[in-house]
Amino acid sequence: MLDFFMGHYAYWFTIILLAIGLYGMLIKKNLVKKIIGLSIFQAGVILFFVSVAMKNGATVPVKADNLPVSEVSNYLNALPHTLMLTAIVVGVATLGVAFALMINIYNRYGTLNEEELLDKIQ
Amino acid sequence: MIGSDIPALIPATYIFFAILIPVVAFWNRKVVRHLSLLGSGIATFFSAWGFMNIIQTGETIRYAFGGWAPPIGIEFVYDGLAAFIVLVINTVAFLVLIHSKLISDREFPGKKMAFYAISMLLMLGFNGMVLTGDLFNLYVFLEISSLSSYALIGIGSKRAPFSAFRYLIIGTVGGSLYLLGVGFLYTVTGTLNIIDMHAMLPQVIGHSSVVAALILMLVGVGVKAALFPLHGWLPDSYTFASSTSSALIAPIGTKVAAYILLRIVLFLFGVELIDHQLPITTIIGIFAGIGILYGSVMAIAQSELKKMLAYSSVSQIGYIIMGISLANPFGFIGAVLHVLNHALMKALLFLVSGSLRLKEGHSLITKFNNSYRKKYPWTMAAFTTAAISMVGLPPLAGFFSKWYLALGTIENSNWILLAVILISSLLNAVYFFRILEKVYLNDPEAETSDETDVAERNEVSASMMFPMAVMAIGLLLVGIFNAYIVNVIFTMFPAGF
Repeated sequence: MLDFFMGHYAYWFTIILLAIGLYGMLIKKNLVKKIIGLSIFQAGVILFFVSVAMKNGATVPVKADNLPVSEVSNYLNALPHTLMLTAIVVGVATLGVAFALMINIYNRYGTLNEEELLDKIQ
Repeated sequence: MIGSDIPALIPATYIFFAILIPVVAFWNRKVVRHLSLLGSGIATFFSAWGFMNIIQTGETIRYAFGGWAPPIGIEFVYDGLAAFIVLVINTVAFLVLIHSKLISDREFPGKKMAFYAISMLLMLGFNGMVLTGDLFNLYVFLEISSLSSYALIGIGSKRAPFSAFRYLIIGTVGGSLYLLGVGFLYTVTGTLNIIDMHAMLPQVIGHSSVVAALILMLVGVGVKAALFPLHGWLPDSYTFASSTSSALIAPIGTKVAAYILLRIVLFLFGVELIDHQLPITTIIGIFAGIGILYGSVMAIAQSELKKMLAYSSVSQIGYIIMGISLANPFGFIGAVLHVLNHALMKALLFLVSGSLRLKEGHSLITKFNNSYRKKYPWTMAAFTTAAISMVGLPPLAGFFSKWYLALGTIENSNWILLAVILISSLLNAVYFFRILEKVYLNDPEAETSDETDVAERNEVSASMMFPMAVMAIGLLLVGIFNAYIVNVIFTMFPAGF
């Protein structure tokens, strides 16, 4: 049982991050805090991709003289890591759009609290 | 030969114009709309050309980027289905951009450059989603189109930024869930290419990661498609966005997401594997059926035309997803046909509501009266065409997609979904005929009759009438020449049918 938890600890962190992110988006009333939750949620996904591609004792997939190419276990697959570079860029762009929308909301309503916003909209 | 480069040329045109528009606007702000028309016109031309090529030769073009062979590199797969959807979305976008002339002057005069540049980016994202043959590349295009649509929805009435913000939260969670699903599939198959993964899935189909990945991807894309329990963002976003934004996003955005669902269910997994561990198609079918009824009932309850159309979108997207969930040839034909029909119908209805907003300053159904038929005879004729098509009366286009969906439910002996189709047609009739009644039947009250007498003909201008007329005639032609279109759709069947 302990092995199951310890052996998959990176995935438990992923699940915890996803849960914290969802909590932030659902429960917190402040729009900035919702965005922080969103960032944490995305970070959870990124951590998942990074951890599945990690391998102890393996090296980058570049042919070296002291490592035979036939030993596949000596190399790790770097593709998920490179995919996450793109995902991080997407996350940054999302943050940018979210903050632009928030500035607009603040200029129009003078608050970023969701309950107050809903009151003012009605 | 340029014909084989068409899949790359369509998105390339859009990204070129997305960059060109801000640069040119630096010197001359008046030409931005013409540039966007030129861009989407060129893309529509390319997609029409490519579609004709595909019809004649029947060959799928697999365009590998950078010369890297497909399983390693990223490829665009331009088959009959993708060519069809690309042609539909580009044509609709072109017509909506023609219509946008006066609305952009009225609703967002200072933001024209941003609007047209972002609309080019939006179309880049949608075309890329349809064309790509790589699951991660699909995520990137999904986020490009989503980020652009958050920005476009944010341009609008006072409430627009808040509804766009909510859509951003929900949409980004959906995108992240899709990405997580792709990660699960990648860990068990080791590939991201859709065709390659389809070949590998039978070996790993028993693995629990696969079914988890399928659910995550369906939920993620379902958010974008506004599949029933995930539709919460849609009504507010479409209602408070500017008329042109909602006319651009409503007919195209949810259709493209439904197309991605179709690709995942029928092409990536295929009819043999999709129900291997969980009855996924049945579950999607149930949600689609509930969504159809819910959307129709909520549409009846609305008193504002745009909000009614938004709820009607929730219901109509249910038809497409129901066609996918049937997983038989009739359902497939119905779903693909409904993508075309609904793109035309919903674009036309949103354009009419935009035109009325421009002329009357509102689109409240309660204030509609019989003076409208004198003031806007042709606009109302176009509206009536679309409304009758939505209800599903032959010979208009909407009848035929419902007909094939009904045949599909009969083939699966799924009587509940058949009943859903029939009941929802009735509900559609309720919410469209109450408007037609207000406009065309004489009101017994004298005051409105007076208004009819004094009402002057005040038809919308040619730039708005032309796209609406094209779409209304298109609906009629799609209905009449339906047999030809169905013959074309026959060539698009996925393996296993």
